[in-house]
Amino acid sequence: MFKVIEKEMIVPNLYLLTVQAPDIAEQIQPGQFIILRSHDDAERIPLSVADWNREEGTLTMIFMVVGDSTLRMAGLNGEDFVPTVVGPLGKPTEIKKIGTVICIGGCYGIGSIYPVIRALHEKGNKVITILESRSNFLLYWEDKLKSYSEKVIIITRDGSSGYKGHIKRLSKILQENTIKPDQIFVNGCTFLLSKTTQELSHYNVPIIVSLNPIMIDGTGMCGVCRVTVDGSTKFACVDGPDFDGRVVDWEELLKRRKQYLNEETVLVHHSGCGR
Amino acid sequence: MGKLDLNRREMPKQPSHIRRRNFNEVALGYTPELAIAESQRCLQCKKPFCIDGCPVEIDIPGFIKCIAEGDFAGSIRTLKDKNCLPAICGRVCPQEEQCEELCILNKKGAPVAIGRLERFAAYWETTQDKIEMPKIAPSTGRKVAIVGSGPAGITVAGDLIKHGHEVTMYEALHEPGGVLVYGIPEFRLPKAVVRRELNYLQKLGVKLITDFVVGKTKSVNQLLEKYDAVFIGTGAGLPWFMEIPGENLNGAYSANEYLTRMNLMKGFQFPHSSTPIKKHKNIAVIGGGNVAMDCARTALRLGADNSYIIYRRSEKELPARLEEYENAVEEGVIFHFLTLPIRLIGDENGWLKEIECLRMKLGELDSSGRRRPIPIEGSEFVMPMDAYVVAIGNSPNPIIPDTTPELEIGRRGNIVADENGKTSKDRVWAGGDIVTGAATVILAMGAGRKAALSMHDYLSK
Repeated sequence: MFKVIEKEMIVPNLYLLTVQAPDIAEQIQPGQFIILRSHDDAERIPLSVADWNREEGTLTMIFMVVGDSTLRMAGLNGEDFVPTVVGPLGKPTEIKKIGTVICIGGCYGIGSIYPVIRALHEKGNKVITILESRSNFLLYWEDKLKSYSEKVIIITRDGSSGYKGHIKRLSKILQENTIKPDQIFVNGCTFLLSKTTQELSHYNVPIIVSLNPIMIDGTGMCGVCRVTVDGSTKFACVDGPDFDGRVVDWEELLKRRKQYLNEETVLVHHSGCGR
Repeated sequence: MGKLDLNRREMPKQPSHIRRRNFNEVALGYTPELAIAESQRCLQCKKPFCIDGCPVEIDIPGFIKCIAEGDFAGSIRTLKDKNCLPAICGRVCPQEEQCEELCILNKKGAPVAIGRLERFAAYWETTQDKIEMPKIAPSTGRKVAIVGSGPAGITVAGDLIKHGHEVTMYEALHEPGGVLVYGIPEFRLPKAVVRRELNYLQKLGVKLITDFVVGKTKSVNQLLEKYDAVFIGTGAGLPWFMEIPGENLNGAYSANEYLTRMNLMKGFQFPHSSTPIKKHKNIAVIGGGNVAMDCARTALRLGADNSYIIYRRSEKELPARLEEYENAVEEGVIFHFLTLPIRLIGDENGWLKEIECLRMKLGELDSSGRRRPIPIEGSEFVMPMDAYVVAIGNSPNPIIPDTTPELEIGRRGNIVADENGKTSKDRVWAGGDIVTGAATVILAMGAGRKAALSMHDYLSK
C-alpha cells in the first residue's frame, strides 16, 4: 500500500497527486512514468512523474479526469492509501548539452515536462518553454517553470494570456522571437504531440515526444502500447516513452488511443450506482 | 499386486455446451471413490519409471499407495515433500509426456492417471480444517531475494524457506503468481487455487513484495547489497508478433494482452472491474499451443459467435496438450490447420475487418523434427474477422538482462545458466523461462528445484 500525501485540483479537471513511494523516488529520472491503481480491481493507469522529493520519498503526478479510473483517482485524499504505485518505468529522457532547446507542454504535459526542463537547464542548455492551453485559467506552475527557463512563451486559444491562437502559430511565434531550436521536447496529449511535430518538423532537429498510449503492465509484457516508429513496431513502455516525433506513425497511434472509448463511457455512466 | 486393471477412470467434467459459456473450472476432479479405484490400478513397480519422468522427482508410487489405502493425509505429505504446488501441477503439467508416458501401463494404452490423483490429493487437503506444516530448519541468518513469483520462484522460495533461510520474493505486478495468474485462465486453473498455494508459502514465512520491478525500482546489484543470494525467475514475458501488415490495427492483440485483460485484470467482470475486454464476434487465434487454446476458449466464454484457431501445420503437429485440444474442439473452437495469416485488413477507423490467409502443405522434416509447412502458391483467401490474437510465443523479458552488468546473456536474450541454475554473476542464480525460453510450469519448477539445491549448498558454506 502507498500513502497519498496530497491531492489537489490544480486547475479545472486537472489534478495533482502526491504519493509516498520512497524506493521509486530514489531512482526516478526525468521522462519516466509510474503505474498507479487507485483501488482493488482498478485499471493500471500510467502517469508521467511531474516532480519528486528524494529526501521525503514522494512522487507528484498531474493527471486529467477523462474516464472512470481517473475520476476515482480524483476522489483520493491525503491519508488515503492506494494499492499500487510501481516504477520508475520507461527509459529516462536523454539529457545532454545541446544548445537552444524548446520545451512545449500542454495540459498535464505542463507538469510532466517540468523535470525535463529542470534537467536540461542544469546541463547548461538555453531552455525556451512554451505553454499551450485553451485559456489562462488552465495554466499552472508558471513560476516553477520560469525559474529554469530562459523565456516562457504562452499561447492560449482565447488570447487571455500571451499569444492568441493555437500550436499551429508556434513556428511564426518562434520566428518573431528569433528563436532557432537545436532540439525540441513536447509533453501533452497525443493530439498536441502530433500537431507540434507537424508544425515544427521544418527545423530538421529532433522532436522528442513523450508518448502516452494505452498500457497494462508497463514492463513490456502485453504489447498493447505498441507504436510504429520509423517503420518498425516499438513498445512505448520499455522502448520509450520518448521517441522522435518525426518518425512516429501518428495516424495509427491516434486510432489506437480510441480503442476503449466506448467502454470508458460505460464506466462513467455506471460509477456511483451498483458498486 | 492385483489383476491388471486397464480401466483408466475418467475425471468428471462440466458438459461442453454448458462450460463453453462460463468461467468455472472445466474439470470437476475425482471423487474419493474414483480416486481410490484409479490408484489401485498402480502396480507399485519396484523400479518405477514414472519418477524419471517427473522434473521434481515426486515419489509417485508412494503417494498413490497412500490414496489406495485411503490415507489421503499421507498422500499429500508425500507429494509436498517434493512438490510445493501439487494443486497446480495436478492441473497444468503435461503428464502424458512425463510421468504417465513412462508408466508401465502406458504400454497397454492405459497409464495410471497420476495427474488426476495429484489434483485429488491437493483438493482433499483444502477440505480439511488444518493444513499440515512441514518441518522448518532453524534460522541460518542467510537472506535470499527471489525475483518473479511464478512457478520457478515459488519453488525456490518453498525449498529455501524449509532450510531455514530468510526468503523475500519480489513481483512486478500487483498480484503474485506470474503466468499462473496473468496467463492461465480461471477455467483451467482457478485463481483461488494459486492464491491458496501462495498463502501456504507466506505461512511458511516467505515475504512477498508486489509492485516492485527489479531492474527498475532497484537493480539486481542493489539487491545483492542486502541479500546473500539472488534467484531470477522473471519468465518469458515479451510477446512475439507475426510481423505481417496490419498487426497494429484495433482488435489485434498479443495473447499476453488478451489473457492479462481477462485473468489478472478480471476483464470478464467489466464493468464491475475497471479494465475492459472487448466482446468480439469472430476471433482468430494464431498458434497451436496451450496458450492459443486458452485464448480461443476464453473468446467463446466472452460470447464470440465463432472462435478460430489458425495453425500453419497440421493437427498432428499441434504442440498443445491433447486434453486441451479435445476440450477446445468439444467447446466448439473451429480449427483451420495448414493455414498462415499473411495480412490484416482494417476499416477506415483502424478496426480489424478481415484476415488474409494462405494455405500450406507439409514438406520435408525440419530442425524441430516436424514436417516443414510450405505455402501453396495462389491459395490466398480472406476471412471476415474482428479480432486477432497472436499466440506464437514469447522472448525472455529484457528488463533484468538490460540492467544487470556481468550477467551473461544468450543469443535469444535469455540469461545463461548452468545445470544448477548458476549464472555468470557472483551470487546470482536463474531458472525457468528466463533461461530456457517459453516452456512449461513444471520445467520451470524443476529448474527452481535444482537452483534451490545449489543455492542452499552455497548458503550453508
